[in-house]
Amino acid sequence: MATVTPTPVGTRATRPPASHAPRKSSRRRLRENNWVGGGFGWIWLLVVMLPLYWLVITSFKTQANYFFTNPLKPPTEFTFENYQLVIESDFVRYFTNSVIVTAGAILPATLISFMAAYAIVRGAGNRFLRTVNGIFLMGLAIPLQAVVIPVYLIIIKMELYDTLQAIILPSIAFAIPLSVLVLSNFIRDVPKELFESMRMDGATEWGTMWRLAFPLTRPALVTVMIYNAVGIWNGFLLPLILTQSPEQATIPLALATFQTQFGVNVPAVAASVTLTTVPIVLLYAIGRRQLVSGLTAGFGK
Amino acid sequence: MTTLAPPVVRGQEPTRSSGGRSGSVVWMALPAFVMFVFFGIVPLLGVIVLSFATWNGITPTIELTGLTSWRAALSNPSLPNAIWVTFLIMALSWLVQTPISILLGVFMATRTRYRGFLSVLYFIPLLLSSAAIAITYKSLLDPSFGIGAGLGVEALNQNWLGEANLAIGTLIFVVSWQFIPFHSLIYQGAVRQIPHSMYEAAQIDGAGRVRQFFGITLPQLKYTIITSSTLMVVGSLTFFDLIWVLTAGGPGDATRALAVQMYQQGFQASLMGPASAIAVILVLTGLGLSLLLRRLGGRADESQLEGA
Repeated sequence: MATVTPTPVGTRATRPPASHAPRKSSRRRLRENNWVGGGFGWIWLLVVMLPLYWLVITSFKTQANYFFTNPLKPPTEFTFENYQLVIESDFVRYFTNSVIVTAGAILPATLISFMAAYAIVRGAGNRFLRTVNGIFLMGLAIPLQAVVIPVYLIIIKMELYDTLQAIILPSIAFAIPLSVLVLSNFIRDVPKELFESMRMDGATEWGTMWRLAFPLTRPALVTVMIYNAVGIWNGFLLPLILTQSPEQATIPLALATFQTQFGVNVPAVAASVTLTTVPIVLLYAIGRRQLVSGLTAGFGK
Repeated sequence: MTTLAPPVVRGQEPTRSSGGRSGSVVWMALPAFVMFVFFGIVPLLGVIVLSFATWNGITPTIELTGLTSWRAALSNPSLPNAIWVTFLIMALSWLVQTPISILLGVFMATRTRYRGFLSVLYFIPLLLSSAAIAITYKSLLDPSFGIGAGLGVEALNQNWLGEANLAIGTLIFVVSWQFIPFHSLIYQGAVRQIPHSMYEAAQIDGAGRVRQFFGITLPQLKYTIITSSTLMVVGSLTFFDLIWVLTAGGPGDATRALAVQMYQQGFQASLMGPASAIAVILVLTGLGLSLLLRRLGGRADESQLEGA
């Protein structure tokens, strides 16, 4: 650091007052640090992007071309035949299944979580609601993997095995704890006076919930929906154990099937992964901010 | 559980807070409560009951057979290996992810445009399903058709998923690739909350960047480290999708962690009893570890985990 102070070059030598020296040196130090941090940042970028880059370029290569070209070079001739193959392999059905499962789970899950969160905040002090809240908090610690066997049993008993509802119902349940936590923290921030004035106007709790709390909670509702949507869209275990026939497969399960089906046709496998990832990446491009807060919902601010 | 609901719904005790009529809102919590009890709490109790029962998962006969299933699960010669693999994955993935996540979090916390841009790209792995990630790496690392063979680079051309030690290492790498973005986001948020004045004071005292990092940033991140570590450690107990698609527990049993062992016992070997016993072990281990880490961190981490 000491090298900064002496001999500023040429005519300006006399100009800078003494007090400038420390600030300059600290700025210099900052820049040095940026080199270290920056280098690290770019390396990590490479680590993150390389597999994705490989995936996308490979998906546009012909199978023959793939084996004879440098795997890191983009194809000289783009082909869509891999995508065509994936789409012809019932992709639309798997995609539709995933859409049904995701929408069918997040809409009711968000709705009932919002109602529960509203009740927990507005009915604070009620012993039953406190118990409910306690159970939801405890629920945050229950891993889905550990309870799949009884869930499987329940689904069999309900005669829902191998249906999309079989995936939807437990997905709703496991979306509840975190959704309620995030939403209730949000509703708690609504000023008490607003609730009070609604009450003075003679609004019922039901009316207050929809006309006051619901619009004010919208950002948190979107966050919670996105968080749950990504989780359910990508879910693998529930479809794996609760369905059996290919007609009921969702995308992650279908991907695993594609992989065995296409075998050494690496470009086709790459196309299937790319195609299933596009919807979420598009969503990310549109609502990045919401999505980021969505995926870290509930953890630190 | 059912005994909880009826008496209290009637009890319209005045609330301590703003005077909301709690009785009229109680029912609003019921749909979520019933749903969660039915598919969350009942299965949690159910898995304990099933661990004392015998069931093949296909026929409807479930017999309570006492400790038979526990004995079968605990005396299974592959259990010690499964525990060891689970521990190995937990420890190694923590060791790899934590320093990188902290550094990335600190890096991302500075608000400049290019760092913001990089953060956008870092985030992408979080959007992919474990199945998609596993399949990508499986193809990418394939010894005959993957990138190593294609580039003709000897060092890259290993049987990454086919040799025991390499497979564990590869798995740790893929896990880190998938989850570091999430943890670095947590650290990014925490670093931004460190008061700027602390750094200014340190600068006046002549502390360099490295000393500032170890003297201010790291200690200030203590509770975040505990939160993030809890999520990592407890989360690693339940890695299933990724391992299942990537290696299916192989080669041999090199990556057969407890969650995989549970699935294989239950849904492939039709031994739901012993599989439930493994599930109970998983729940208890997770609970124990998170309590232990919470103890380590003192009381304050609670608010960090639960504050939205």
